[in-house]
Amino acid sequence: MKAGRAAAIFLRQLYLLRGSLARVLPLFAWITVDIVLWGFITRYLNTVAAPGYNFVPALLGAVLLWDFFSRVMHGVTTAFLEDVWARNFLNFFASPLKISEYLAGLVLSSVATSAVGLLVMLVLASAVFGLSFAGYGLLLVPFLLVLFLFGIALGVVGAAVVLRFGPASEWFVWPLPALVSPFAGVFYPLSTLPLWMRGLGRALPPSYVFEGMRAVVAGGEAAWAPLAWGVLLAVVYVLLACWLFVRVHRHVVRTGLLARYSAETV
Amino acid sequence: MKDSRSNGAGAAPKVLSVAGLRKAYGGTVAVDGVSFEVARGEIVGLLGPNGAGKTTTINMILGVLEPTAGTIHVEGLDVGRERSRALGCTNFAAVYAPLPGNLTVAQNLRVFGMLYGVARLSQRIEELLTEFDLLPFRDAKCGVLSSGEQTRVALAKAMLNRPHLLLLDEPTASLDPASAQETRARMRRFAAGGECGVLWTSHNMYEVEEVCDRVLFVSKGRVLLEGDPKTLPAEHGRDSLEELFIAVAREPLTLMQSEVA
Repeated sequence: MKAGRAAAIFLRQLYLLRGSLARVLPLFAWITVDIVLWGFITRYLNTVAAPGYNFVPALLGAVLLWDFFSRVMHGVTTAFLEDVWARNFLNFFASPLKISEYLAGLVLSSVATSAVGLLVMLVLASAVFGLSFAGYGLLLVPFLLVLFLFGIALGVVGAAVVLRFGPASEWFVWPLPALVSPFAGVFYPLSTLPLWMRGLGRALPPSYVFEGMRAVVAGGEAAWAPLAWGVLLAVVYVLLACWLFVRVHRHVVRTGLLARYSAETV
Repeated sequence: MKDSRSNGAGAAPKVLSVAGLRKAYGGTVAVDGVSFEVARGEIVGLLGPNGAGKTTTINMILGVLEPTAGTIHVEGLDVGRERSRALGCTNFAAVYAPLPGNLTVAQNLRVFGMLYGVARLSQRIEELLTEFDLLPFRDAKCGVLSSGEQTRVALAKAMLNRPHLLLLDEPTASLDPASAQETRARMRRFAAGGECGVLWTSHNMYEVEEVCDRVLFVSKGRVLLEGDPKTLPAEHGRDSLEELFIAVAREPLTLMQSEVA
């Protein structure tokens, strides 16, 4: 793998972001709305619920972490979709670029764009609504790591779906985080769910983050073992997602879908 | 790592060797056993009517379409097995593959220069902007350029890595006659340098006659005729290359039989 080629993919995204309000604004606009909305909801809940329980770290913290995950996922898929929208596949895939280098470039792009989103959310949530990250302690690192890795995995899966089924299938991809959230127990413990949903939830790395976060907020011990399992699971998902993308790429090259991509000859 | 370069001892150095190339989509055969070579310093015309299999052949050489059978070697490197290395010494320009319209000319050249691992990239970009008269458009987004200007940008991108194999799919289709003539002269000079072989498709037979050393007439996925564009028409009882082209398009079977005879 040559770093220069991955850097080229990243540079293309930087060029696109530079001076494009339509691309820069979504990096923080919707998550800002989310933090403001949920910030006030948590304030309200703190006034009506039993005294002693603080909804801010539990609910607003969950929103922030979930939005970070969504930003990471969308960071990968948006970078990929730029090539779909610009009909650029032929130029890229008829160059020496390897799939590993292309995916690395998409991940680098997502790191940059999701970091902007995370920074805005952290400043807003702590400055306006008093969310303190000191409460999470060092666990914040594995929390973010798991969500980052799973966001990358889901983003690569989304890209594979669009590569396989054509430009119109991007509409399958945008709602993927919303599809995952009920199973991941973002706002409630997994024990709330029926057994079959709980089983699915345990197979999703973010569920270990949100269970861990609630345990910390409730004053419990730092549960490192389940989080380590979550990290391992997320790494497996990243590998599986990359494998899927490579398989799909081989398929579209063999069947001619890549060469005739915009025709959507599924 | 095992190097799959084939020496081809005794033969003239070939930048492209295509052998028994076939592409079938289910029961539909797009390319049917095509074999040809392109030597260094040579410009080979790949001619044929729409749907003959020219672009399918080019897509397979570029590694974006997997052949059903056959092999492709660029500088002795198997495109199927060493795609990245083979494409590192290849480049292309095609009317159906414009560069991203939302990047400027200079940005596009930088991104693709990095993809092709071009040394002293800034200097190379300046050379190409000058050579293709693109200096006034350096900071213009490619999408706002005229089709002729976009073609010149695509050609500049195709020359970024000083390719040993250059694939040009109708490179002058959007150019005015003066620009087209300049482009043909530029490509001839480039090929005459002796390092690069060019595979050129065009429907302009005047252009083909002017620029190509050798032509391959393709119809229904097969190479029907091959030879010098200046002498080939007379060899087949036609007055011009255009007449021969029309005959290939309308009566491929007759030509095949006359070839066999």
